[in-house]
Amino acid sequence: MLETRQVSKYFGGLAAVSDMSFSIERGQIVSVIGPNGSGKTTLFNLITGVHQPTGGKIFAGGKEITHLKPFQIAQRGIARTFQHTTVYSQKTVLDNLIIGYRLRTRSGLLGVLFGTARAQKEERESVDNAREVAAFIGLEAKLEKVADILTQEEQKRLAIGLALATRPQLLLLDEPTGGVTDQEIGALVDLIGRIKDSGITLCLIEHKMRVVMSISDRVVVLNYGKKIAEGTPDEVSRNREVIEAYLGEGYHA
Amino acid sequence: MNMQGNIHSVKWWLYVLLIAASLALPIVVKDRYILHIVILICIWGISAQSMNLIMGYTGQANLALGGFFGIGAYATALLMLKAGINFWPALLLGALITALIGFLIGLPTLRTKGSYFAIGTLCFNVIVFIAVERWESLTEGARGVMGIPGPSPLPLPFGLSISLESLPAMYFLVLAFLLLTILVIYRVVRSLVGRSLMAIRENEDLSNSIGINTMKAKLLAFVLSTFLVGIAGGLYAVYIGFLDPEITSHHVTFEVLLFVVLGGIGTIWGPLVGAIVITILGELLHYLDAYRLVVYGLMLVLFIIFLPEGIVGGLRNLWAKATQKA
Repeated sequence: MLETRQVSKYFGGLAAVSDMSFSIERGQIVSVIGPNGSGKTTLFNLITGVHQPTGGKIFAGGKEITHLKPFQIAQRGIARTFQHTTVYSQKTVLDNLIIGYRLRTRSGLLGVLFGTARAQKEERESVDNAREVAAFIGLEAKLEKVADILTQEEQKRLAIGLALATRPQLLLLDEPTGGVTDQEIGALVDLIGRIKDSGITLCLIEHKMRVVMSISDRVVVLNYGKKIAEGTPDEVSRNREVIEAYLGEGYHA
Repeated sequence: MNMQGNIHSVKWWLYVLLIAASLALPIVVKDRYILHIVILICIWGISAQSMNLIMGYTGQANLALGGFFGIGAYATALLMLKAGINFWPALLLGALITALIGFLIGLPTLRTKGSYFAIGTLCFNVIVFIAVERWESLTEGARGVMGIPGPSPLPLPFGLSISLESLPAMYFLVLAFLLLTILVIYRVVRSLVGRSLMAIRENEDLSNSIGINTMKAKLLAFVLSTFLVGIAGGLYAVYIGFLDPEITSHHVTFEVLLFVVLGGIGTIWGPLVGAIVITILGELLHYLDAYRLVVYGLMLVLFIIFLPEGIVGGLRNLWAKATQKA
């Protein structure tokens, strides 16, 4: 599904990510974990074209995507969310989700000026898609609410919904449960499970070990920009290097 | 639902009434001075609509608008005077030249964001002004272009035509272009294309990450905006019949900016309301001469503090509150 080969990213002399090779298999949930500053978000930024890698190559579905721009990556079916929940905060939930489908439509200036059949059909498709996604993320009752007034957890779900509205095959979630209360985590974990069940491959950056261990098929551990371990949650949590670098001496699975 | 339907039909009647009133205006008003002011309002209204598209809806503060207005005006005038081209193709060609230059300038400047884009375009405006002033062999420099012919008759099928020489005819000509401009912008902003533009205005990086080619979308808005302001410039040239470099300067940019901000940035009717209010105010304050700029400045500050969404935005908020309570 997705593969990086010896990808590196240097900011000046600092190696944020170095010689990173890993892959995501279709239908899995892969978690990327590691201490702060270990290069997790940089890795996401490299995959989605926000940063250009200093070296190495990235492939999606067997095709190289290394030097594509963010919008081209999204068009190839890779969507993402951001660490700081990012939605169109002045727009309603419905408007947020409608624009998410824009990349699947083709109407241009002339089409909308003359209101061609295709432009009208695409408008309807965008709205239908938005309503479907809203129901999926459980915000169908808040379609007309401006995103700004939603709770933090609802905004998290909307950000995921915005990514889902692009109809991705692979979804990268940057700290999906960051900044929400313990009680609210359950709903988000449930949502992530349902996304997987709907056939979308997932890769997430997550700090909450309880979440990582319960939903991941595979875990990749980073430290100082390098991959130090990879495997099932069980294998990783028994790895001595991981325990020392990240989980701390006292952790027992 | 019924309530919404009522509001909708009220709106439609309001539009019909407004268009009827604007069509009847030259029959009722015989005063040539008033008609002159109304014609200018229409021309500046088109310019303000153009600026609103790129600045209000797309979030890119294009401060070269005066330059593009001037390019449209000079291009149309020189095509008619020096190349001997008929008004209609000259107007279209003039706007296309403006749009082409817009494309070439948009390509590098739109890579920058926020205030950098504003500064970059403002610099281009200054360059246009200097070029028009110095390129005497083409533009007659500071002497200005004189004796620009009025609009040619509007050709109709079967060899018929409508003369556009009278003042009321000129009024209908600019009114037609104003309404057409508003229609174009209305259709754009209500569509998926317009949604992309407003998404870019709110968060360009997010828009990029959900698969919108933001550069292409911004460039489209920029080129369309320069095309429209090029039309406004061309109409101005044939109406006034005289051009000097001052019409390409950044003063023009800031005057149009004033229309947009005071009228209501990012609203369909705001730019026109701004053009009407400021143009009339400008005439009323004529005796103040340059001191009226002080009044504008004060108004701008007060509006930005108390009514950042302008006259139309303020009225809309008021209306929303009133209907919510009811």
